[in-house]
Amino acid sequence: MSAISEPQAEGFRLSQLIYDTRYRSITIQTVALILIVAGVWWLVSNTIQNLEALGRDFDFGFLGQPAGYDINQLLIEYDSQSTHGRAAVVGILNTLLVAFIGCITATVIGTIAGVLRLSKNWIVARLVAVYVEGFRNVPLLLWIVLIFAIVSESTPHPRDFAGGEASMLFNSIAITRQGTWTPAPVWGDGSLALVIIFILSIVAIIGFRMFARRRQEATGEILPVLWISLGLLILPSLIAYFILGGPVTLDYPETGRFRFEGGLLVRNSLIALWLALSLYTGSFIAENVRGGILAVSGGQTEAASALGLRPGRTMNLVVLPQAMRVIVPPLISQYLNLTKNSSLAIAVGYMDARATLGGITINQTGRELEGMLLLGLFYLIVSLAIASVGNFYNASVKLKER
Amino acid sequence: MTAIDTDTSANIDRSAMKISDEVAIEVTGMNKWFGSFHVLRDINLTVYRGERIVICGPSGSGKSTMIRCINRLEEHQQGKIIVDGTELSSDIKNIDKIRSEVGMCFQHFNLFPHLTILENCTLAPMWVRKTPKREAEQTAMHYLEKVKIPDQANKYPGQLSGGQQQRVAIARSLCMKPRIMLFDEPTSALDPEMIKEVLDTMIELAEEGMTMLCVTHEMGFAQAVANRVIFMDQGQIVEQNEPKEFFNNPQSDRTKLFLSQILGH
Repeated sequence: MSAISEPQAEGFRLSQLIYDTRYRSITIQTVALILIVAGVWWLVSNTIQNLEALGRDFDFGFLGQPAGYDINQLLIEYDSQSTHGRAAVVGILNTLLVAFIGCITATVIGTIAGVLRLSKNWIVARLVAVYVEGFRNVPLLLWIVLIFAIVSESTPHPRDFAGGEASMLFNSIAITRQGTWTPAPVWGDGSLALVIIFILSIVAIIGFRMFARRRQEATGEILPVLWISLGLLILPSLIAYFILGGPVTLDYPETGRFRFEGGLLVRNSLIALWLALSLYTGSFIAENVRGGILAVSGGQTEAASALGLRPGRTMNLVVLPQAMRVIVPPLISQYLNLTKNSSLAIAVGYMDARATLGGITINQTGRELEGMLLLGLFYLIVSLAIASVGNFYNASVKLKER
Repeated sequence: MTAIDTDTSANIDRSAMKISDEVAIEVTGMNKWFGSFHVLRDINLTVYRGERIVICGPSGSGKSTMIRCINRLEEHQQGKIIVDGTELSSDIKNIDKIRSEVGMCFQHFNLFPHLTILENCTLAPMWVRKTPKREAEQTAMHYLEKVKIPDQANKYPGQLSGGQQQRVAIARSLCMKPRIMLFDEPTSALDPEMIKEVLDTMIELAEEGMTMLCVTHEMGFAQAVANRVIFMDQGQIVEQNEPKEFFNNPQSDRTKLFLSQILGH
């Protein structure tokens, strides 16, 4: 017994460090650690030496100094007297804005295109194939510039509206070569109550869904959850809007001599960047969605049909839960791509974090090392946050085997 | 045409086998094509309630396609299928009605991998029959006990052996309380030692009087439970008879050849 289980008492030989599986991994890890530490030390000491040679220090104090430049798209208050730190925040918010709306539209476009590419209709499937292959095989930068050129060259000048050569859509939206003017909401008295009612109706939807599930478990009755949810989403706010006497009004853009007065200007740089990012990333997501649906074997649908489940229920209860497991990990990776690709905003002059903190601020203060480190840190944090949401989802839907 | 008169079922003495005169499935003049390939040719078949029918034949002979037509997993292009008095047409209500009366087990089990065994069994009763959860779970446990795996109820399909998965698939179908069961090669994907446990479950089901149509190559099962064996070749029903007659005294040359091939080793 002991002769088998106990290792033979043998002297330790140096060659065991490489050829013995018990020590091999420790050896490799030790060597790797030494190399990494040496590499980092070399980079840091080199940087410090170079900074000293140039007579420069490492200081983030510039963030408190006045920026002295204007930004054309502001989500928070800012003027040229504000600090570089505030300019960075404005840029960061602009990045987050385009990334957020881009992710949503890319998902919608990608899902529709992915499903349609599986269509039995030959023309629909081919058209979607052309879209997918066209967009994902041409660099994003080209699409951004091309779409910007289209939206700014093919649309009328704002002054044409005053002259009557161009007219507004529904008398409220003006698409021009400077951007699109849309009505802006004006939050009057009682609008807080309206917002609270809207939030409450969302809470009510969640509550109703829980109630519907319990009710089905108890009595077997299946309530029309989708329609009641939609009703709950819209009706209370709509009724409250009229009872409160229309607290939220719209400020319509008015034609001026050279540009519009009032309203909200959505710049062409945002529109072009948003459209290009959505269409480009959407083409990748379409392939993820198609792959995910194909990954659920036909046997699953057949088994559900044989049990008497209708196609809609089969999709919701059997196919989608399984397809999502395949779709979501690469989808998260596409969200990361879209967020980072939004730094191509530079091509059309969209003022994102790269353009403010990583562009004008660095040029004016000469703090390229600090600026780039901060910018890298920002993208890293956003990406890790998106990825952790994805990992959380993956862990929660992982299949149990064994 | 070597096809023997397809109405030989009438010659079988049903009263001796406790089979009622009530017709469960009636197929008349069914034809089906996959593209230009004529996969089912003029199928006529009458199944009485309580009958256990085994369908055999070489691969590609249309056995699976035929039983898949009975619950509309495949659409037939010509002829008439009447299941439990309901005609199978493109009317969704009829299809729903027939599917809830007819259970089916597949070669590859097709359990839902994202749901537990219990959830697999309660899904259709809850969403199709609108059964309350507790009641659906009680029914599910009853049938899981019957197939002898109640202790696996909270596991996932991936954690079970093939034989156990197929027994769950049978229980899952039974939870819908079907009056007819279709089996599409239920033991073909199983290891030899697991085939027995699935066949035992099916034999038990047969003894309770379930109407069964089973595509299988388990000739032992056919001899033990079937009251009729159907031999199909090239999309036609070539021969059908009681198991004893079928195996000892096959009529057509094609049946003889097939039997010599599968019983010969």
